[in-house]
Amino acid sequence: MTPPRFTGTEGPTGLLRLSERGWGYLLAAPAFVLVGLLALAPIMAALWLSLHRRLPIFGVDEFVGAWNYLQLWSDDRFWAACRTTLYFTGLSVTAELLLGFGLAILLDSLTGGRDRSPRWAQVMIILPWAVPTVVSAQIWAWLYQPEYGLLNYLLLQAGVIDARIDWLADPDWAIHAAVVMDVWKTTPFAALLLLAGLKSVPQELYAAARVDGAGAWQRFRRITLPLLMPIVVIVLVFRTMDAVRVFDAVFVLTGGGPGNTTETLSIYAYKTLFQTLQFGYGSALATAIFVIVAALSSLYVLLLRRHLRESL
Amino acid sequence: MCDMEKPGRLGGFGPFRRAGLRFCILLAVGLFCLGPVLWQAVTSVKPDVDLVRLPPILPERATGLHYERVLLESPLVQSLVNSMVVAASATAVSIIVGSFCAFALARLPMAGKPVILGFVLATSMFPPIAVISPLYLLMRELGLRDTLVAVGLTHAVYALPLAVWLLTSFFRQLPSELYYAARVDGCTPLRALVTVILPLARPGLAVAALLVFIFSWNEFMFALTLTASDSTRTAPVAVALFPGLYEIPWGDLAAASLVVTLPVAGLAALFQRHIMTGLTAGSVKG
Repeated sequence: MTPPRFTGTEGPTGLLRLSERGWGYLLAAPAFVLVGLLALAPIMAALWLSLHRRLPIFGVDEFVGAWNYLQLWSDDRFWAACRTTLYFTGLSVTAELLLGFGLAILLDSLTGGRDRSPRWAQVMIILPWAVPTVVSAQIWAWLYQPEYGLLNYLLLQAGVIDARIDWLADPDWAIHAAVVMDVWKTTPFAALLLLAGLKSVPQELYAAARVDGAGAWQRFRRITLPLLMPIVVIVLVFRTMDAVRVFDAVFVLTGGGPGNTTETLSIYAYKTLFQTLQFGYGSALATAIFVIVAALSSLYVLLLRRHLRESL
Repeated sequence: MCDMEKPGRLGGFGPFRRAGLRFCILLAVGLFCLGPVLWQAVTSVKPDVDLVRLPPILPERATGLHYERVLLESPLVQSLVNSMVVAASATAVSIIVGSFCAFALARLPMAGKPVILGFVLATSMFPPIAVISPLYLLMRELGLRDTLVAVGLTHAVYALPLAVWLLTSFFRQLPSELYYAARVDGCTPLRALVTVILPLARPGLAVAALLVFIFSWNEFMFALTLTASDSTRTAPVAVALFPGLYEIPWGDLAAASLVVTLPVAGLAALFQRHIMTGLTAGSVKG
């Protein structure tokens, strides 16, 4: 590290004479410009597009006001996509949180009193997190393959099923197959965060509780859970946001099929935008997703603030 | 297993039964985490005849044919190069721009900082699908559609909130005296940032860079929409659109999957501690 060069009294002119506050805005400006140009402007443009009927292939582009949103309200496919998305989100986030908790406790118990889990265990757990989502979809598509897939083979051998199941072509199984894949891919994230939380719980608290005759369940219920609540909420927020927006995982695994049974909101919007090229209606869909995500996240932020304030 | 004498938290069993139980649970967890990837590895070296029958689980002889086909006869190598260029430039842009912004938020007096930080967080929650169509139209207008610039720039912007958030918290951990000392010595804030703060914040920069790189390498929706040809597709897009004329070539696909995963899995394994720091700092501060 090089020490700051002493330049004597500062006497430059122009730009360098800026106040501290001025420097602040100057340094923050590039980030604001980029985000404004490529994130905020597109959001506004999407809102604007959603008030139009725009079909480039037919040369149609007219202002229709709220017409797209009225269409949306009576669109069965939209409501079906809503249900699918919420079902997917509820199921996978619950499973991830519970499994993640289990995994974190297991890793924590492996280390005894030390403050770090064995490196190999952490590497093993972080691997699914690092695998690109698209790759994990292909990995699971092969596991689910009806004739030569490993899953059917193992289940048949174990006697759990007595006929091959075409997991991804069966309307009842497909969405659950997607949930299992998502749980595999993202439980490590939950587990790692919760593990970090477990490590920060002072061991003396457990020792004191043990002296007072508290059992394992009571120690968990009265010490671990309350102290970990902020992290639990954070895991919930992040995972819910990701699950509501889910696109690549399900898109590559099932493409929304069979018969739209696994079509999430993002997939429906994507198909409307880029397969049927209805830019207006697709933008209305996209805006609806934005509103849902914004509503959910503000709800969570309220929750989060209370929990964080309590824990501080 | 290694600390049987210690009063373990699974308590209530004899030491051997406890060790056994622990081993079984660990094995199950290990199989759950690694199994799917291991199966993909086995698949990638199976000869074609063994792919369409089960058993045997393990092939009698391994073949490198799938890797050969994928690396020599398919556009995968091109897409790996593209991904490398995109991820590296997205990382550079978002770390440079992000560290400027984070420094301003951490050390300089600005009005409405909490609002700005909250806003940064809100941007990171934008569903990509909500911006994708205007972004696509914008890139087409600018003549950037189907270029790596479009993908790299988009990734940089969507990784920016994460970078700003992480770096702000890392910069705040450095004693502010360092900054004031540099100012007293006559550095401008920019110079103080570059010569004093950034060298000290190197571990934090590395964490942020690592997470941005992995995000960009794995990102799919923007990359899919903004590219249209083999010469610009990134690796995840290539894996998603893996060509299969009549049937999906599972062996080739497995080989391609592993090749694409290797760089990020390697990074994750090597820098697993840093990644955990980043994930916890990035979200716990949230």
